[in-house]
Order: sequence, then C-alpha cells, then structure tokens
Amino acid sequence: MSGFDRSNRRLRWLMLAPALGFVGLMIVFPLLFTLNLSLTDAFGAVNAGKGYNAGQNYLDALGDGRRFWPAVWRTVYFTVGAVVIETILGLAIAMLMRKPFRGMRVVRTILMVPLLATPVAIGILWLLILDPTNGIANHLLGSVGIPPQEFLGSVSQSLPVLMLIDVWQWTPMMALLLLAGLSTLPEDPEEAAQVDGANAWQRFRYVILPGLWTTLMTALVLRAVDALKTFDILYATKGAGGGSDFEVETLNVYAYGLTFDYQEYGLAAAVLVLFTLFIVGVVVLLRRRSREASV
Amino acid sequence: MNRSLWTALRALAITVVCLIIAMPVVWMIAAAFKTNVQVTDPSVGLIFSPTLENFRNVLADGEIARSLGNSALVGLISTVLSALIAVPAAWAVGRFRMHSTGSLVLVARIVPAISLLVPWYYLFAQLGLVGSYTVLVLSHMFVSVPLILWIMIGFFEGLPIELEEAGRVDGLSAFGAFRRIALPLAAPGTATASLLAFIFSWNNFMFALILSDENTKTMPVTLFNFISYASTDWGGLMAAATLMTVPVLLAAVFGQKYLVAGLTAGATKG
Repeated sequence: MSGFDRSNRRLRWLMLAPALGFVGLMIVFPLLFTLNLSLTDAFGAVNAGKGYNAGQNYLDALGDGRRFWPAVWRTVYFTVGAVVIETILGLAIAMLMRKPFRGMRVVRTILMVPLLATPVAIGILWLLILDPTNGIANHLLGSVGIPPQEFLGSVSQSLPVLMLIDVWQWTPMMALLLLAGLSTLPEDPEEAAQVDGANAWQRFRYVILPGLWTTLMTALVLRAVDALKTFDILYATKGAGGGSDFEVETLNVYAYGLTFDYQEYGLAAAVLVLFTLFIVGVVVLLRRRSREASV
Repeated sequence: MNRSLWTALRALAITVVCLIIAMPVVWMIAAAFKTNVQVTDPSVGLIFSPTLENFRNVLADGEIARSLGNSALVGLISTVLSALIAVPAAWAVGRFRMHSTGSLVLVARIVPAISLLVPWYYLFAQLGLVGSYTVLVLSHMFVSVPLILWIMIGFFEGLPIELEEAGRVDGLSAFGAFRRIALPLAAPGTATASLLAFIFSWNNFMFALILSDENTKTMPVTLFNFISYASTDWGGLMAAATLMTVPVLLAAVFGQKYLVAGLTAGATKG
C-alpha cells in the first residue's frame, strides 16, 4: 500500500487540483474581498469612495437596534423554532417508519417531494393556500368555526407561518436522515433490553437514542446551517425587506437588501462577516455538544 | 397493547403524515388545471373538469418556455462539468485519505452566498460576463462541486480497495485503476450525485436573481417575477409553478432509492 501511496502523490494532486482550485478560487478571493469591503465606506458601487473607516460599519451594525438586532432575533427565532420542531417530528416519523411495511417505497418518495421541490414554487403554492380571502386554509378553519386569519398578510403572523412552512418542507429531510441512522443500529442491544424488561420508552431513551446521537447531531448541524441562511421562501413570499414592517427580515434577507436594494456595500459586508461568524459559532457549539455524548 | 391495533394506528399515523406532506403539492397541481374562477373558490375541491387553458397561456408567452430552457441548459452544463472535476477529486480524497481537504466542502456550505455574490458580480462585471450563461454555470458549479465531492467521497470509501489493488497487480497504473475499475463501479453513485446536483441547480434562485439578465434568466427568477400577477392570474401562476416542479417530482418517483442514498450520504458517519 505504501508504494501505491507514494508513487502517486503527483497523480492525486492532479486529480484534486481542478475541484479544489475551482472551489478555492470561488471562495477565497470573494471572502477576502468581502472582508476588505467591510472595512470601507463603499456606497453605491463596490469601488466607490473606498476609504477605510476603522471598523465604523461594525459599530454601526452592532449599534443598530432598528434593523440589525431585530434581524438577529428573527433569525434565531426562525431557526430554533423550525429546527426543534423538525427534529422532534422527524424523529417521531423515523421511529414510525423504522420497521418495514407495505408501501414504504411510496412513502419515502412522498417524503422527498417537499425537499426537492423548488423553494420559489413552494412559496407560491403556500401563497395560494394561505390567501386570506380565497385560500383553502381559511375555508378549512371556517368549517371548524375558527375565524379567518391573515397569515402572510399579517405582520405578527408572517414569521411563525413561514416557520411552519419550513417545518413542512424540512421535517421529511430530518426523518430520512434519522431513518438512515436507525438502519445502521445493531438490533442486539435493543433485544437484550427487551429481555431485561425495559418498556418501549426506556428502550428508546436508553438504547436507541444514544446509538442515534451522532446522526442526530450531524442532521441538526446541517439543518441549522441551512435554516439560518433561509432566503428563497422568505423573499418569494414577502418580497424585499421582509415585508412592510420588516416582519420576516432575517439576517440573510437584511444583508441581501443592504447589498442589492440600497448598495450599502460597506455596511452589508460588515453584516455578512458578523453573520458568517454567527453561523460558524453555531456549528462549533453544536459540534462540541455532539462530542460530549451526554444522553 | 393489542398487536393488530398497534399496526392499524401506525398505518393511520403514516397515512396522515403522507397526506400533510403531499396535499399542498397536489393542491397546486390541481389549481393549475382550474379556471381562474375555480381557483379562487376553495369549495371547488379536487373534483372538477380540468382545463389546459393555463398551460396554453403561460407557454404561449415564450418567456416561461425560454426560462425553462435556460434552467435545463445551466443545470445540465454545470452538472456535467462539476462531475468531471469532482468525481476524480473524490476518489483521490477517499483513496489517499486526504480528509482535511474535505473540510473545504463544509466551508462552502457555511458561508452565506450573498457574501460571495458581491465579489463575483464585481469580478465577472470586469470580465464582461454578468448576465452570461458562463457566469450562471460557474456559480451553480460552486454548489454542485462540493455536493458531488461530499457524496462521492463516501461512495468511493465504501468500494472494496482489493479490486483496484488486483488491477494494479495486473499492470494498471493508479489512474488506470481509477478509470477502469473504480469509475465503472461508482456509476450508481455518480448518477445519484449528478441528479441531486441538477435538481439543486434547477431550484437555485439567488444566484440567477443577481447574475442573469433578461435572456439568460432561469425559471425560479421568472416565477418570482410572476408572483405580482398572483391576484389576477392564480391559474397561470400555478401552471408555471407546476411546470417548474414536475421534472423534480418525476426524478423523485423514478430515482427514489438513489436520491435517498444521496441526500443522507455522510450523515450516518458523523
């Protein structure tokens, strides 16, 4: 094996170079560019002005209680709410589907639909369903005596509604990931626990859950990163600024608006750097938690 | 608890889950076949005489047809190019245990796309490429290359190395072992990864929103611009959204087994 290894050092770099070079070029230069931009007062055009302003953008962002901090809280609210619900429901669905049953194939196909469908199309279909006057949602609520709701037309309901749409879209992904994790668990420990008289809950809590922990945490990290960066469906349903009262303006929507609607490139870059650090922080935190296998 | 009761409850729960997941999409497809009067009347359920009027209207426009074509073109080219560079790289990472390079995949996934879009726009504007297919393909490859790498590293690691070693003993070069032994065995994995890469490119909204122009814009952008007609032409909007979604639904139905494997790749190893 070592000869196999050494004689081919050149080959392996040759095979790696195009992919690594491509991703590296597409990411390293832009990150340095954005980092540099975040320290300038560029406005209107990325190379306009371009005076360094000694971190003023960061101070402006962190001192902005009108747009920045509300956007941070919306991002946290949306992500925590969506990911927690998705994890619990996903785990429940995975446990339901664990033992084989007739129609498994069909069910797995259905589970894949929301996560493969185009987010913009999903936004549109929920706009129709949740339309306050003509939508089926209020029609159904009415039939059980609940008064019509504004849903995405309301400042207070928009973010929770979009969170639930995210739950609809991504719970199946959680279920599929956890199902894959469950299928790798050995059956012996569970049977042993059953022989020892453990009931269904105890077997789940003390045998299955610890075995599933790594998969669960990996799924959680992947989902949290994507949920923090949610953009398409928020922008498609509520438009620029996250609505008239910025009601669904998360950090990503805010950064997009600063960049492409207001051309506040310097400030936008600072917000993006803070946002990236925030995501990295979440990932590091979750991964550390996952290593403390403390179920 | 009674065994058959438990089985019945489980079947019921699974059915409810499936209905909740499927019904919104079914509702959208049904709406695409309704007249505009029927769409805005929720008491018209799933039983009505379907019309193709909405599809005729949106396709007569030409803009939708062109956008669908653009999406397919950008998706195909970016997927093929990504597979060409990512599959050999994945083999190198998997076979020579160069896992630190795999962390680049994670970085690509973490960084918010907007922080890359501004520099890309600036750079490609200097080159006169903004609005071209080239820049759309490159931006979509930025998603596809890490995705294919991620899936294929796991796939190559799962292949028994003995086959390649036997090939080497029989006189194949290392590259020959890759091309004649590993690559054919990895065909299902490559198909899975490529299909997923195509779907993610097909669905991509933000890159095209900024980097495309009137002639090159892809379907999600066109669909987004259509939303303002929502109140006047729900049927047309639903037909357009259906045209965007149906190819993905077909992929889900026919590629179910492979797509699940691809989507869950890597997650069970931690």
